[in-house]
Amino acid sequence: MGRDSGEKGGIDLTPFQEMFFQEAGDLTADLEAGLLRLDSGHRDAELLNAIFRSAHSIKGGAGMVGFEGICRLTHSMEGLLDRMRGGLVPIAGPLIDLLLRAADALKESIAAAHSDSAAPAGEQALIAELDLLLENPTAPVEPAGTPAGDNGSTSRLYRIRFEPSPDVFLKGMDPLRVLRELSGLGVLHKVEADLSRLPDLEDLNPETCYLGWELEMESDCNRARIEDVFEFVRQGALIRVETDDAAPQAGQAAEPAPPSPIAAAGQRTSAATSDSSSIRVATEKVDRLVDLVGELVIVQSMASAILHNLTPSRVGELKEAMAEIERHTRELQERVMSVRMLPISVVFGRLPRLVRDLASTTGKALELEISGEDTELDKAVVERISDPLTHLIRNAADHGIETPEQRLKAGKPAQGRIHAAAFHEGGKIVIEVSDDGRGLDAERIRQKAVGRGLIDPGDEMSEPQLHSLIFHPGFSTAETITGISGRGVGMDVVRQNVASLGGSISLASRLGEGAKFRIKLPLTLAIMDGLSLGVGSETFLTPLVSIVESVQPKPGQMKTIAGGGELVLVRREPIPLVRLHRLFRIDNAVTDPSRGLVVIVEIEGKRIALLVDELKGQQQVVIKSIETHYRRVEGILGATIMGNGRVALILDLAGVLKLAGGGGQWPSTPRPEELAAA
Amino acid sequence: MSETRKNQYLTFSLGEEAYGLDILKVQEIKGFTSITPIPNTPPYIRGAINLRGTVIAVLDLRARFRMPIAEYTKFTVIIVVKMNQRIAGLVVDSVSDVVDLGDGDVRQTPEIGKHADARFLQGMVASEDKLVTLLDIDELFDEGEIPAAASHGRSGEDSKQVER
Amino acid sequence: MERTVLVVDDSVTMRRIVGFTLKEAGFQVIESANGVEALRELKYQKVDLIIADVNMPVMDGISFVREARATAELKFVPILMLTTESVGSRVVEGREAGATGWMVKPFKPQKLLETIARVLG
Repeated sequence: MGRDSGEKGGIDLTPFQEMFFQEAGDLTADLEAGLLRLDSGHRDAELLNAIFRSAHSIKGGAGMVGFEGICRLTHSMEGLLDRMRGGLVPIAGPLIDLLLRAADALKESIAAAHSDSAAPAGEQALIAELDLLLENPTAPVEPAGTPAGDNGSTSRLYRIRFEPSPDVFLKGMDPLRVLRELSGLGVLHKVEADLSRLPDLEDLNPETCYLGWELEMESDCNRARIEDVFEFVRQGALIRVETDDAAPQAGQAAEPAPPSPIAAAGQRTSAATSDSSSIRVATEKVDRLVDLVGELVIVQSMASAILHNLTPSRVGELKEAMAEIERHTRELQERVMSVRMLPISVVFGRLPRLVRDLASTTGKALELEISGEDTELDKAVVERISDPLTHLIRNAADHGIETPEQRLKAGKPAQGRIHAAAFHEGGKIVIEVSDDGRGLDAERIRQKAVGRGLIDPGDEMSEPQLHSLIFHPGFSTAETITGISGRGVGMDVVRQNVASLGGSISLASRLGEGAKFRIKLPLTLAIMDGLSLGVGSETFLTPLVSIVESVQPKPGQMKTIAGGGELVLVRREPIPLVRLHRLFRIDNAVTDPSRGLVVIVEIEGKRIALLVDELKGQQQVVIKSIETHYRRVEGILGATIMGNGRVALILDLAGVLKLAGGGGQWPSTPRPEELAAA
Repeated sequence: MSETRKNQYLTFSLGEEAYGLDILKVQEIKGFTSITPIPNTPPYIRGAINLRGTVIAVLDLRARFRMPIAEYTKFTVIIVVKMNQRIAGLVVDSVSDVVDLGDGDVRQTPEIGKHADARFLQGMVASEDKLVTLLDIDELFDEGEIPAAASHGRSGEDSKQVER
Repeated sequence: MERTVLVVDDSVTMRRIVGFTLKEAGFQVIESANGVEALRELKYQKVDLIIADVNMPVMDGISFVREARATAELKFVPILMLTTESVGSRVVEGREAGATGWMVKPFKPQKLLETIARVLG
């Protein structure tokens, strides 16, 4: 029985480690969430049970797949939690703190195990701390094997008397199984049933056991092994095991055979991959996809059949079939996208803990409100939105919310409110982080900006314009580093992160009342709303989010500056012109801006004007990678396949900006003809 | 007589010259299709094409060998080749047969200057009165053009190994 | 003839490990995530053995055993409890509720099979 993995008597459980990690991830999150609820005052028994069960399940799984450290840590946590739920230990703040720290250590230990690294140092320390609170800390039972059978080849004679408890049947046990097991351990010379307690038939209760047995057997096994056979029938039974062997009966309980570690450091085929290598999908989603693909196949073959025997009268049918194909394809696209969607609660779930920690480190009273956690985002977006989101929350706690004294003085409640919300709006995902703190001081921003040389003292800027200066790369400096916001990560990095997701961030604030940051994200990374730009015979796409406006400038609006650069004046604002036809060396394109179109785009706070022939329209495109089979090309975000099957390039405006800064032209790429002619 | 390993090669022509590619590296042969130029690329990279939904780069072999460019006709063909995890296209004049060539038949390329750089060549083979120059695919795209797969540290030498 | 085992545990990892071990040994396996689901399954399926965790949501293991034993068809089915050492008193409780035997988590799969052999014969 069992597959031999090269380990003695073992079934190899390393394939289950990955499953353990997945489950442990969820359970740890539940554990932490439960502890936080406990912390905020909830005290019901079921909450305690739930927290206990989370620790218990992690422990069980960890022990099974061979993660000793995790098992031990959760064992201690479980012990403490058991006492708490049993009322033996009062539930106090410091205790919850300890458990929260243990939960942190647990997360680290799990991560370390997942990446095959050494257990983190904190693990042992926390086990010790937890054990201090337990009166009789016990180590988790080593997975025991059956007691060693052989005691050498000495054969002994055993005399056994066995009278099972009368209710043995009602425990689902059959005494004959015991006898059978014994018979496998040696040679049974005598098996004699004791019928003395058997009543008359009328009085006989068929569910009661009245029998006993006398046995004589010869066996190599030691006493411990023999006695072990009665493990489950001991209660209420009479069991006597005698052997002639004069050897001292050292200890009744058999010493469990030293357990060999369950394939602990086994070879794991799935190396430390980040979470992003797999998705868990609800089966309903997959079922519906399967149905949809089926329908699509049917309609497609219908259309194909019609096409085969096409007559003018059947064109109408064909059109209908095509329309249906289009409908199904669109639904398919939506549903497949939704497979990659995860609720933002995955990220929001970390916030309560974050805020709690921030409250204690800043000494401020903070209250977190969350809404829209069910809002779904593409998996890749969810993963990458976590950092900017965390930064905004830290910012709110650190700079936004005032100390309780300051707040009371200002007539606000002592506790500051931070609100994280997520919702859909206009085909996009919006994430808002708002606080009721001190808000942005436009005047101080202005002074700071002037000081950093970002604006001139004489520049006229509206309040919102001043506010958005905080996103400027030059704005945040070492000054704003506190232990919490850490590492001088500024709002400019937040903006970059959001931009790299194809999104944008804006803010609104009123001095004294608070601030609200608003992040807008596309529903998925792989699909983009784009604007098609025609340049000569080529088509380029640019992300719609970046478009400010498009104009057809009059000759008077064009200006050349020293060095060859060109500017377009739009409502007296000078915007550098980038000639795409030159950048891409496209012939037959419009070179006179007043004959073509100038599309004004904004990236990273800067505006540039792209000269194109025409706007070809707005469309949703699927972004295809160039990098996969070729390499990354500066200025190109990716490619897409147009309706006519041709490849069209998608502009990476940041890259275009960089290249344009170098003289408005990509490094000269000689045409093959030019080269050959040389 | 020692057994010589026979390999299959896809032969194609560029002008008057015949060339051969290890058939194991050939994924498919595609008729000429419209190419979208990619900026900031060497002159022999013509651009990108759509291969059933995947975007791949296309290299013009004539340009690579600094031969005069030919007009693309309806016989012009794109050979889709695979190197490690990447696929790319090669524009050639036309494709001929698949031939079996034994290792033993391969001669070293003579030192005379030819159109193609020596490092592209695996050797030359006489096949049916024609001299077929065998090409090393991986070298064609090397020069930092198409980065090798991250796990392989490739030098020119390594790339000669047959990879799965 | 193949014998059927019902595995009741809220931890999916445990269910899979136990299930895998049992299937390798030639058993048919049914899984349930808690006592209520298990009792429902048992209404429609005849099983030769039940393995149940002590700690489960909705209906804990001990209550499940008690309910099972109160059902005529399940009076004599061997029930193995999966318990953990730090809650050792549960073994007594489980026994009183009618459990046949118990295994302490974590355990080696081989031990599970041996214990099953002991209890099932």
